[in-house]
Amino acid sequence: MNLKPAPANLLVSCHHLSCAYGDNLVVNDVTFNVERGEFVGIVGPSGSGKTTLLRAILGMVKPVHGEVGTVKGVRLGYVPQVESVDWNFPVTVLEVMVMTRPQRRVLPRITLAERREANDMLERLGLAGLGNRHIRELSGGQQQRVFVARALFHNPDILVLDEPTSGVDVRTRHEVLHLLADLHQEGVSVLLTTHDLNGLAAHLPRLVCLNREIIADGSPRDVLVPDVLERLYGAPMHVLEHGGMPVVLDHAEGAVIRPFRPRAV
Amino acid sequence: MTTNLAVDLLEPYGFEFFRNGTVVAVAAGGLCGLLGVFVVLRGMSYIGHGLSHAVFGGAAASAVMNLNYFVGAGLWGIVSGVLIGRIARRRILGADAAIGVVTTASFAVGLALLNRYGQAKRSIEAVLFGSVLGVKTGDIIAVVVVGILATTIIIVGYRRFLFSTFDPEVASVSGVRVSMMEAALMVMLSLTILVTMRVIGTLLISALLVIPAATARMLTNRFSRMLWVAPAIGAGGALLGMNLAYHTNTSAAAMIIIVCATAFSGVYFASGVRGKRRVAALGHL
Repeated sequence: MNLKPAPANLLVSCHHLSCAYGDNLVVNDVTFNVERGEFVGIVGPSGSGKTTLLRAILGMVKPVHGEVGTVKGVRLGYVPQVESVDWNFPVTVLEVMVMTRPQRRVLPRITLAERREANDMLERLGLAGLGNRHIRELSGGQQQRVFVARALFHNPDILVLDEPTSGVDVRTRHEVLHLLADLHQEGVSVLLTTHDLNGLAAHLPRLVCLNREIIADGSPRDVLVPDVLERLYGAPMHVLEHGGMPVVLDHAEGAVIRPFRPRAV
Repeated sequence: MTTNLAVDLLEPYGFEFFRNGTVVAVAAGGLCGLLGVFVVLRGMSYIGHGLSHAVFGGAAASAVMNLNYFVGAGLWGIVSGVLIGRIARRRILGADAAIGVVTTASFAVGLALLNRYGQAKRSIEAVLFGSVLGVKTGDIIAVVVVGILATTIIIVGYRRFLFSTFDPEVASVSGVRVSMMEAALMVMLSLTILVTMRVIGTLLISALLVIPAATARMLTNRFSRMLWVAPAIGAGGALLGMNLAYHTNTSAAAMIIIVCATAFSGVYFASGVRGKRRVAALGHL
């Protein structure tokens, strides 16, 4: 839905938002805003309602209570998880980008201006020369970049990404992180979900910690602390500091991981 | 000798029933090929198959009750489509199970009518197996009109159809009315089944909706090319099938499918690993 009265910089707003699937309340009384120029990550364990919250913001899930949506006139550039589409589908990189634009003429040809603009965007995202490639021929990182390029080609006010580093290798994760940081530097607002605390969340300026309800909202230094993490994950967790950044140990305190010992023959 | 061969090959075109049959079969092959691209890429093969069987019940009922075929079968098809949609939306049954229940029940009603009222047998058999050599002017007009309509709608809405087929979620967020595009495709598919059923028959429609598009998928990696390659294969298969059927004195509908299936096999074995991988990726066929 479009929210009418809003401060000039407001892009996305959730006001006492609750969402449910049947009787199962997945998001409970969530209130937070995203303003122009922000880079916000929603973090939480699996099943914490991150994706539902994102889908509610995108208008794909109806709230059972409260209000959610973008401010009137704000355009969203949605980047779903890479696995959400069939990469064998018969389209080229250029076609994936141009399909977001309305067809102004009767014949659906890609115009020269669209081709030029798409190629510029691909070059900006390090995909120069790949416009005529079939999407299957790209690496995981390139596929993620194509999705970002498609979203940017829609001229959005804010990029919304669902688990952009889910199921990717370390190198691709770095690529995605640097790409998003560069775009943010260029003035693009970003909202994403992630469960990757050290690889992605710790690098973002603002984190919203969600486990059905908002547990904490602030910078990684403020929210990636043992107290918040225990409430978020339901188990005590250690946090170290490395290079001025918090590093969360990915096993709960007290959990004993026994070394593997081959059985004696 | 060459002259004799040419005379032999052109001989069937001296008959009006053959000329009419060929025109309508080629148009039907092209139309099924065009809609087949969406059927194959969206994993709707079973819907095409199911709808053609469901419409059989309506065709049988209209034959028995002396109703106009297009009215009876059309209404029956719409009711079946709505029923399938309602059952599937309640999520108690999957769409495939809903299609299975509605279409087999509808088909059974048609069969019961066939048994009870023997005089309707010929008309019902024409719906089941097709009667490409007995087409009337109305059939030709119906197939051509639906063909022009579907082609125009797909060209004008090309990007929206492509976007909602490739990535419906993002298309919806980007302002494409995905449910409307799906409804438009379902209406075009139902109309295609309705107007081609008497030509190529219920049992063979699903094959013509799938084989040309699957063959085209092996030949190209472009959606836009599939949209003309698949109709070309469907129409070419229909033309060749009609001629072979005349010269071998076999069923025209069966021969059309055999020609298309042979083209599929030829492309499958000739296209190497890449083409096979493309068709294997259509795992829902």
